[in-house]
Amino acid sequence: MAAFFSRVGYKATAEWKEEIVFFDLGKTPVPASAVFPDGVTVNLSPLQDPREVFADWLISPTNAWFTRAIANRVWSWLLGRGIIHEPDDIRQDNPPVNPELLALLERELIASRYDLKQLFRLILTSQTYQLSCMPASRHPQGEAHFAFYPVRRLEAEVLIDAINQITGTTEKYTSRIPEPYTFIPEEKRSIALADASITSPFLDLFGRCSRNTGLESEQRNNLPTAAQQLHLLNSSHIQRKLEQGAKLRALLQPAAKPREVVNDLYLTILSRYPTEEEMQLFVAYSQSSEGRQRAGLDLAWALINSAEFQFRH
Amino acid sequence: MSTLISRRDMLHRSLLGAAGLCLADSLAIRAWAAAPSPQAAGRAKSVIQIWMWGGPAHLDTFDPKPEAGSDYCGPFGKPVETKVSGTRICEMLPLLAKQADKYSIIRGMTHGNNAHETATYMVQTGRKAGERLVYPCAGAVVSLFKGYDGGYQGQIPPYIVLTEPLGRFDEAGFLGTRYKPFTTGGDPSQARFMVEGIVVEGITDKQQRDRRELLNKLDKLPHALPENAGLRALVRSRDQAYDMMIGDGAKVFDLSEEKDALRDRYGRATLAAGAPPTMISLRTTFGQSCLVARRLVERGVPYITINYPGWDTHKDHFVEMKRKLPELDQGMATLIQDLSERGLLDSTIVWWSGEFGRTPKVQWEAPWNGGRGHWGNAFSAVVAGGGFKGGRVVGATDAKGEEVKDRPVYPCDLIGSMYQRLGIDPAASLPNPQGMDARVMPTPAEGVPTGGVLNEII
Repeated sequence: MAAFFSRVGYKATAEWKEEIVFFDLGKTPVPASAVFPDGVTVNLSPLQDPREVFADWLISPTNAWFTRAIANRVWSWLLGRGIIHEPDDIRQDNPPVNPELLALLERELIASRYDLKQLFRLILTSQTYQLSCMPASRHPQGEAHFAFYPVRRLEAEVLIDAINQITGTTEKYTSRIPEPYTFIPEEKRSIALADASITSPFLDLFGRCSRNTGLESEQRNNLPTAAQQLHLLNSSHIQRKLEQGAKLRALLQPAAKPREVVNDLYLTILSRYPTEEEMQLFVAYSQSSEGRQRAGLDLAWALINSAEFQFRH
Repeated sequence: MSTLISRRDMLHRSLLGAAGLCLADSLAIRAWAAAPSPQAAGRAKSVIQIWMWGGPAHLDTFDPKPEAGSDYCGPFGKPVETKVSGTRICEMLPLLAKQADKYSIIRGMTHGNNAHETATYMVQTGRKAGERLVYPCAGAVVSLFKGYDGGYQGQIPPYIVLTEPLGRFDEAGFLGTRYKPFTTGGDPSQARFMVEGIVVEGITDKQQRDRRELLNKLDKLPHALPENAGLRALVRSRDQAYDMMIGDGAKVFDLSEEKDALRDRYGRATLAAGAPPTMISLRTTFGQSCLVARRLVERGVPYITINYPGWDTHKDHFVEMKRKLPELDQGMATLIQDLSERGLLDSTIVWWSGEFGRTPKVQWEAPWNGGRGHWGNAFSAVVAGGGFKGGRVVGATDAKGEEVKDRPVYPCDLIGSMYQRLGIDPAASLPNPQGMDARVMPTPAEGVPTGGVLNEII
């Protein structure tokens, strides 16, 4: 494998700590051949970046391992666990729980010329993906066979992006100390952050992927902690978003009718209408509360703190 | 946030792997010898870590070199004699000089790295940077063994950071979010210390109760799926959060319970007369953070880090030192004295250190105008309490403070000695998602340089 990276060069730029990684034509010795992980030897041209040769091999339809790994990973991102489980642990004696299903995904991925969006579409439009999170039976193998949708907490980045979208606010991402200075435009969403080093107490608190390795297991343990709940329930960070966010303020105008406010808040935060019981609950709450606007804010707070919002379901 | 080591670095290093090994071989690698006498181990219950964020100059704190001349010591040419005969420290630290019998100075600290992030990782984890696993720092390890899994039952989380997070540093490493510190935010110098999430402005107690009731009524999913582990954790964590907000826990942060005279002794943020408004952002939270740390120790919190920024003094170094050292002196000296007077010092380790020291030779030229750069070859640390002997000096630097000439102390030596005082088994396994064999202290096979446990002061 080392031969494929043997002509990688590094050079500094005028920017402090910035580095350019490039194909160094002048780097010697130039290896004449290299061996792919499957044991096949390939001749290398001195004029071609050997990393390209490796990349071509990696996504070749004849390389079953890559197709299998990526299909299984995408499935595990969307459905909470791999068809081969754990997704990092792909080997002969850890068979897929449903070989036909995985084979189908692999075929479709190759047929679409590795278009991941096609794979996402295939999975997202499937009945399996759309199953309820309420188990229909208590069969012990139900979870492993995707018999119901697995309830799990939103990832840190997704959670803060959702809160920002609901309230109409943004995050200020900067890294001042230590260097290098970094400032990210405020309209940029957290899921688009290019690396995991940008300073963000929120993302740290809710557990972001450190991106130190390529392993899926680096995906964090998303079990809620007390400090996380403290932040959502009572921090100035979230409180400010609720009170000052332009989008939420627009929903909570003094002139708005209580029933409309409830409908709007449920649609905005939980993407569904409230039940009549929930409606009545809030009407009663707003009558006992100090002012309608205050009551609306409290409802928005409660919905953001609900399990229904914090968890995929 | 753990990109101390970026993926690119990782690749880079693995390509340079062979060269790296040769370097490691040339260092004095010895097994980290851990053979505490049973009666000596485990006296400490808590650690207060004063993290000198940016790297404090060893020459201008605990390793003065007046004989090297003003190109090295700058204006600080007259170190003060401490309570311990023969030990001198910077003349800007007179209060700490009076407490010198209670702490030991480690002048042989070294790791050789001059980059903030990498050096921070090395000093706080005791590991080599650039390995496959990102190790937890000492605070997370103590939180693992002395926190909720180790019998701690307080409402306050077992690992607290005062007041701001370090940033670009993954405290918990592979241990994960459960072992990350709780960061208070806020300013303890203010009339009310607004601890992030615990004390919030503009919400009355009644509203807090009403909201909780509303949430309980609306939140149906946990009832619908009572066996889901994530939802159970949510409900449990929410109850714990409310315990902190409305229970006894929050009182620990109420400094109005302390006498004004004591608060003043720790040092409060005050602006010099005529200071420009921009100085407000430089107001220190350090002194009152020390006081909060003592209160947390009294409630059994096992690990408290005071992040004390502002020591990365490349430019106008001596101007900064004259402003900051009195703050440090007042807060840290009072903390040690107060812990001692309350009988807490014997069970509390106070650990003072930054990620490295600063260049001994002053850079007088522009743009530094009397500045000091990063210096990982030699720096100082201080430990007090928890069974560590006071009044000692471990190791020594050369006449100019540039290299360790006697008794090198590597980060793992200091951290390992602390674990020993805390009764944490150096061979205990650390759970990690990759299922690798990871131990509390590096095994000889890891090739982490060591000068051995600090037997001199244990």
